[in-house]
Amino acid sequence: MASEPVNGAQIVIKALLDQGVDVVFGYPGGAVLPIYDALFKQNQLRHILVRHEQGAVHAAEGYARSTGKVGVVLVTSGPGATNAVTGLTDALMDSVPIVCLTGQVPTHLIGNDAFQECDTTGITRPCTKHNYLVKDPDRLAKTLHEAFYVARSGRPGPVVVDIPKDIQFADCPYSGPGNVKHKTYRPQIKGDAGKIAQAVDMMAKAKRPVIYGGGGIINSGPKAVELFTKFVKTTGAPTTLTLMGLGALPASDQRYLGMVGMHGTYEANMAMHDCDLMLCIGARFDDRVTGRLDAFSPGSKKIHIDIDPTSINKNIAVDLGIVGDIASVLEDMLKAWKAEKKQTDKKAVASWWKTVDGWRGRDCLNFATNKKVIKPQEAIKRLYELTLDREIFITTEVGQHQMWAAQHFRFEKPNHWMTSGGLGTMGYGLPAAVGVQLGNPDALVVDIAGEASTMMNIQELATAIQYRLPIKVFIINNEYMGMVRQWQELLHGGRYSESYSAALPDFVKLAEAFGGKGLRATKPSELDDTIMEMIAYDGPVIADIAVDPKENCFPMIPSGAAHNEMLLGPADEAEKPVSEDGMVLV
Amino acid sequence: MSETERHTIIALVDNEPGVLARVVGLFSGRGYNIESLTVSSVSVDESLSRMTIVTSGTPMIIEQIKAQVNKLVPIHAVHDLTAEGAHLEREIALVKVVASGPERRESLRIADIFNATVADTTTESFVFSLTGKPEKVDAFIELMRSLGRTEIARSGVVGIARGAKAL
Ligand SMILES: Cc1ncc(C[n+]2csc(CCOP(=O)(O)OP(=O)(O)O)c2C)c(N)n1
Ligand SMILES: [Mg+2]
Repeated sequence: MASEPVNGAQIVIKALLDQGVDVVFGYPGGAVLPIYDALFKQNQLRHILVRHEQGAVHAAEGYARSTGKVGVVLVTSGPGATNAVTGLTDALMDSVPIVCLTGQVPTHLIGNDAFQECDTTGITRPCTKHNYLVKDPDRLAKTLHEAFYVARSGRPGPVVVDIPKDIQFADCPYSGPGNVKHKTYRPQIKGDAGKIAQAVDMMAKAKRPVIYGGGGIINSGPKAVELFTKFVKTTGAPTTLTLMGLGALPASDQRYLGMVGMHGTYEANMAMHDCDLMLCIGARFDDRVTGRLDAFSPGSKKIHIDIDPTSINKNIAVDLGIVGDIASVLEDMLKAWKAEKKQTDKKAVASWWKTVDGWRGRDCLNFATNKKVIKPQEAIKRLYELTLDREIFITTEVGQHQMWAAQHFRFEKPNHWMTSGGLGTMGYGLPAAVGVQLGNPDALVVDIAGEASTMMNIQELATAIQYRLPIKVFIINNEYMGMVRQWQELLHGGRYSESYSAALPDFVKLAEAFGGKGLRATKPSELDDTIMEMIAYDGPVIADIAVDPKENCFPMIPSGAAHNEMLLGPADEAEKPVSEDGMVLV
Repeated sequence: MSETERHTIIALVDNEPGVLARVVGLFSGRGYNIESLTVSSVSVDESLSRMTIVTSGTPMIIEQIKAQVNKLVPIHAVHDLTAEGAHLEREIALVKVVASGPERRESLRIADIFNATVADTTTESFVFSLTGKPEKVDAFIELMRSLGRTEIARSGVVGIARGAKAL
């Protein structure tokens, strides 16, 4: 369906609109001026001017993860593209669908070290799911639609389309999204029926089953989340979720054991260690989850369901790998369960639950409160409790506060928790909150932040001000790069090399300087009022919560240890020093 | 730990810029071995290229390599010739031997035994051209090295499955 020739820049706008895009996060520059001109001449597509291209990608990630749509980024060549690299890597690690359009110098200058030229496709090849350099005007529209298809299909990820300036000026034919059928990329959706039958059989026979779910469930979509919950109910198996999977099962579900992994709960990690059957759904046996590989769940058979074949048998050899979309596979599993009238081994599972409940009884997330100083866990717990009646989305930065948020904030729904898991990018949360708020204008969006991380993309507060996005930056201010300090305490003899947050700005004044509201709480008695004032204010807020600077994040599986070797609190820390082997790990 | 195995893997890929970099970058980025890699366009319209990659690793790593290569967007198909059964592997070598006297005569005799042809000659050198399995090429080169100064050019391995089934 070729129509009137229009220039490449207009094609870009048209293709984005036809893909259902309503907002683009970007920053202009010489190599994208024609696209910015085309943006100027229309009013359907909204452009959000960020203050740094890294912020653009994180904002697009927040938008994508909270709405289920593809996030779109537009940046210029050279420094615009290189600034986007951290965000792209973050999106790749956490499987977030992003289409990032980068300007490029005109085709005849490519390779000549032209002004603001960089090898964008070369630089982004390892940090994107796929990338394109459009050298032929005929290919522009097709490439854009293909980019969206690749970004959102299968295991989602970031896709870069590098568009030289002359292509943006050239007459280009247009074809709609419907005409794209990818010649090679067709992820497997349906799982193998024989393997599904086998999985159901193994699940029914298990005496000590555990379900371990991850972000893939959320990425698969609402149907997968619904079926996952149903499957957990049907089998009654103790269930844990990864950092990326929080919200895939309501935290209030009786079968939910809390998060798994390095800072997961005692009961979740013990259940993973002692189970006889592990059903992994949409997670990837990441090192933060497994702990020491040779001691990982030694007595269990393992089933792994994932849409990405490379995730299966990568870190952990499993007994049964099923490639397919989680919604489709779970649907088939539930059907098979019903058709074959499967029953769990009720007696064995009940006795397993008794053991699990024993572990639960340790109440591993318990912490000592204090009248003089705000405990960081308390700050997050109160934020959770005081916002129970609100539609709330949480983003985080990276560090102790992130782990405390994962432990103490409880999610009943998917897509309400946005954190940088795979890459662990400090500076993610604030721009991500900008994107979340754009996708969910009426919701309460809070970035649970550390004071050090906040400094990494603080400029995006100006974006929030410009577009009247009432995001809240809730700083758990311990005046340390707390997670670094914790590791230095555990592993490096308490030598706190460069981990003190020196020369911090006055965050209250900083918020005001940007045109937002600044709040501060320094005593436990001020905490609730500060939170209430923060959420009541109709505009961007920084709430600077001064917390106990020496608090450590527990429970913890120290690096190089196994799931049943958790440190539950400061007393354990002194008793079980980290092994030399553990020290070299990250 | 399981034993390291050597596998010959072929990939049919879109013949487009950057596709070789994607595959090579994948191997270097993930720390996989490449013993040899060859690539050339193979379809009438030049739209498809075929890569033959000889790699080594534990069975788990070999599975990872195939899955990772297959996951790249412009890949049409990946086949593990070593795992899939009877197949042929061939390599071309051009071997220059600088020698005189008995060594020079001996190099010619050995070349004859190996069915290598003389592709170029001067009074003090030969360039032999040899096609064969990689092990045969190895053996030939080793013998030539013992006879004089050598310069070696090898194509890397290409492979194809035996039988009537065509990809
Ligand atoms: C961009 C980046 N640089 C460095 C790190 C390493 N790192 C992990 S946590 C952390 C400290 C974070 O401090 P803060 O934001 O104050 O959070 P806290 O741990 O104190 O809660 C650092 C430096 C990182 N994750 N990301
Ligand atoms: Mg801190």
